Amino acid sequence: MTTYASPIGSSLKRVDGPGKISGLEKYAADYYPDNFLWAGAKRSDHPHALIKEIDISPVRNLPGIFAVLTHEDIKGANRVGVPEMDQPVLADRKVRYKGDPVALVLAENKTVLQEAIDKIVIKYEPLPAVFDPEAALAENAPLLHENRNDKNLLLGGRVVRGNSIAAMSECDAVAEADFQLPWQEHAYLETEAGVARVDEEGILAIIASTQTPWRDRNELAYALGWPLDKIRVIAPYLGGGFGGKDGITVQGLLGLAALHSGGRPVKMWNSREESFLSSTKRHPGRVHYELGCKKDGTLYAMNCRIVLDTGAYASLGGPVLALAMEHAAGVYRIPHALIEGFSVYTNNPVGGAFRGFGAPQVLAGLEQMMDILADKIAWDPLAFRLKNAVMRGDETGAGVWMSNSTAIIPCLEKLQEHPLWTSRQAWVSQAPPFKLRGVGIAAGLQGTGYGPMVADIANAKIELLPDGRFRIYSGVADMGQGNNPTNVQIAAEVLGQTADCFELIQPDTLQTLPSGSSAASRTTYSYGNALKAAALQLKERILTRACNMGMGLYAEDFLLSSGRLNHLPSGREIPLGLVAASMRPEERVSIYSYTAPVNRYPDKINPDIRAAGFPHRVFAFACHLARVQIDELTGEVEISDYLAATDAGKVLNPQLYEQQVQGGAVQGMGYALWEDFKLDRGELMTRNLATYILPTSMDVPDILSIAVESVEESGPFGMKGIGEIVINLALPAIANGIARAVGQHIFKSPLTAEQLLLILEKRAAE
Amino acid sequence: MKIAFELNGIKQEIDYLPDRRVVDLLREELGYTGTKEACGSGECGACTILVDGVSKLSCLMLAAQLQGRSITTIEGMSPGKKLHPIQQAFVDKGAVQCGFCSPGMLMATVDLLQRNPAPDRQQIRAALSGNLCRCTGYQKIIDAVESAAAEMRDKL
Repeated sequence: MTTYASPIGSSLKRVDGPGKISGLEKYAADYYPDNFLWAGAKRSDHPHALIKEIDISPVRNLPGIFAVLTHEDIKGANRVGVPEMDQPVLADRKVRYKGDPVALVLAENKTVLQEAIDKIVIKYEPLPAVFDPEAALAENAPLLHENRNDKNLLLGGRVVRGNSIAAMSECDAVAEADFQLPWQEHAYLETEAGVARVDEEGILAIIASTQTPWRDRNELAYALGWPLDKIRVIAPYLGGGFGGKDGITVQGLLGLAALHSGGRPVKMWNSREESFLSSTKRHPGRVHYELGCKKDGTLYAMNCRIVLDTGAYASLGGPVLALAMEHAAGVYRIPHALIEGFSVYTNNPVGGAFRGFGAPQVLAGLEQMMDILADKIAWDPLAFRLKNAVMRGDETGAGVWMSNSTAIIPCLEKLQEHPLWTSRQAWVSQAPPFKLRGVGIAAGLQGTGYGPMVADIANAKIELLPDGRFRIYSGVADMGQGNNPTNVQIAAEVLGQTADCFELIQPDTLQTLPSGSSAASRTTYSYGNALKAAALQLKERILTRACNMGMGLYAEDFLLSSGRLNHLPSGREIPLGLVAASMRPEERVSIYSYTAPVNRYPDKINPDIRAAGFPHRVFAFACHLARVQIDELTGEVEISDYLAATDAGKVLNPQLYEQQVQGGAVQGMGYALWEDFKLDRGELMTRNLATYILPTSMDVPDILSIAVESVEESGPFGMKGIGEIVINLALPAIANGIARAVGQHIFKSPLTAEQLLLILEKRAAE
Repeated sequence: MKIAFELNGIKQEIDYLPDRRVVDLLREELGYTGTKEACGSGECGACTILVDGVSKLSCLMLAAQLQGRSITTIEGMSPGKKLHPIQQAFVDKGAVQCGFCSPGMLMATVDLLQRNPAPDRQQIRAALSGNLCRCTGYQKIIDAVESAAAEMRDKL
């Protein structure tokens, strides 16, 4: 048996694997407590309307109905959301999108629940509605939220560097384009779910599929008017999240239901259609770029205007805009830049956090601009990127300093020497009949953590158990990325233990410590830093205690290994349980609070944008390559090969790293080619997985991953977050490949077969 | 209505509404929550179980259809303490992230390897194309199935 395995850098098997593949791991959706009631929402079928009357009389006495609740039953502020608390748990005065919950039914079974939901009558007075963010900015547009100085503008701002207007006229080549980006649905397999109950002591306990147990707790206290110290939120492993569970989904309704269920447990589990309707999505948007360079290939000026549709409620629409602006100049030095951003309320479903958090939208545009401009000056697109890419110490066009590890140039160089790139011309020329081929690349970055104005704090807790094993209290939810299994790997490294010496507690506001959201590529970075320090502190305490007990003279004479201490000078072996027995319970628990570093420099942006998270300090980088083959007869795009070169710092676990690269790239391929979330005047047109098309195993290739391992000095063991950078570049890389194949760019995504077929037909006609 | 069937090798006779779905019977009534539901309309494969050894979607089956059948859920895949070679391969090859699609993927894989003990990657992709995964990009799932197939062939 291995007594000591150095786990960092090895593909240690995920400790959550066996439970998940045997069906024994319990997700939030898997709880069916004794005597529980089902809860479900009656949702608005108007995009914008005043609520005149909620008539629950047809259902109040239906057999099997326990209660029907409206906003009048809510004791608190009835508002959730971060940073703006503008979303009602149950709509009060008016509804703002088709899907806004208006009443909540508690029933003995799902059949009765649905019957009651259908029978509730709500009388509305329809209001004019607005579905386009540009139209919503117009002077006389209907207002979503009254009494806002900025009317429908949730957040707006600009970044100004140099004088881009004047500089543009000094450029030798200028390209301009307007990109239309679609909604993207997270489509995690486990739809929003949870159970809740108020116990005899008045503790409201909620087990929910959530990325934010701590924030949920605060919001629930405020919205429902229940004391914070009487709310407990537990986050088991999530069946996927990707940002869609970054905040309240069913928790507000569940909490409300539990406060009115006479002590009975309550369960909610959204159907897929309800999930599509009510959950947040990636913000659709328009991104306008004007990009200019000198004939020596130096980027010189950029104008960028970003308009994002945040839908009926703010959710994280402000921070998403701030990050879109921050990432709008990508990985390039551009001395003159103007970046304007607008996040706008409309009567559409709610835009929110989604892996990439604003970066995919802007990089989709910018990286196509780079190809268009490279062509204008007849430069190789890769050489053009290399010429302008940032190094550590540089400032991007958005005015963001690369103060930490910055290995985008090595990523580009990896691509440049790779056969998929060097042999591209031969591959393109060997296209079979009725097929067109093209090879595209794209480069980009992704900030880690919360930015300068919101402290990114993680509080780690680890305990030496009386039997000599260890327990890690994970503070950050695990939505599938494996941050909590990685906690075992980190603690195992510090404490010299094997993985089986640990047990893992999932986030629980009663047992674990607040450590922020499972988001922002921060989970392993922030919590890992805290845990590493907490484990080190515990190790020192164990060694010191062993000396106190007379087991040895000096701490450095001990080797800590699986379940024991080896005293090297004497050869004695001491079971850890023995040391644990001599420690008081509070000594066996080590906690450490870590705050991530931020950059605070005089900025060129308005304070609102900075408050929303601009800029970051630590960035991950990547460069992707896609070889695409287009069927001339159907317009269908096949991704033949795909390569991702990633700088996410040192790789803690190659297997988990590849999981992120592969999964993120494929989610990005869906965004690029198939995932077309359609709305018609606020009405959801793609209501299920038959109409909203996710990539299947048949649609995507194997993905080649090259890890470019910079050493990030601030990250645990030199790592940086990888969760988001992986999704940012599929769309522009594929779009650039398609453009090379068909001879023109398509500015509206997804790049559907229909769009391509039209272009091909037009080309054939000419 | 009384419904008699075999569940993971154990005879069951229960009184259940014949028009309720099999996935509800398994999860709500019998507590076998390893079988997941992610779309409720046969589009995702998360609720895949084996009925008389053949993979079926339990969200599209009614309880009455189980009469006289033998069904296997994820909980019955490895009756002993040891994981089934396919499960072991999923763990070893990193085929599991959030894990919500895994039970359905595993059931579909059992069905595939019964029909074709030596599938190539494309055949694996085709066989699992009815099972959606939103985390992995499928690659490590294909790796795992390939590896499990080889392992199981070696044991024959």
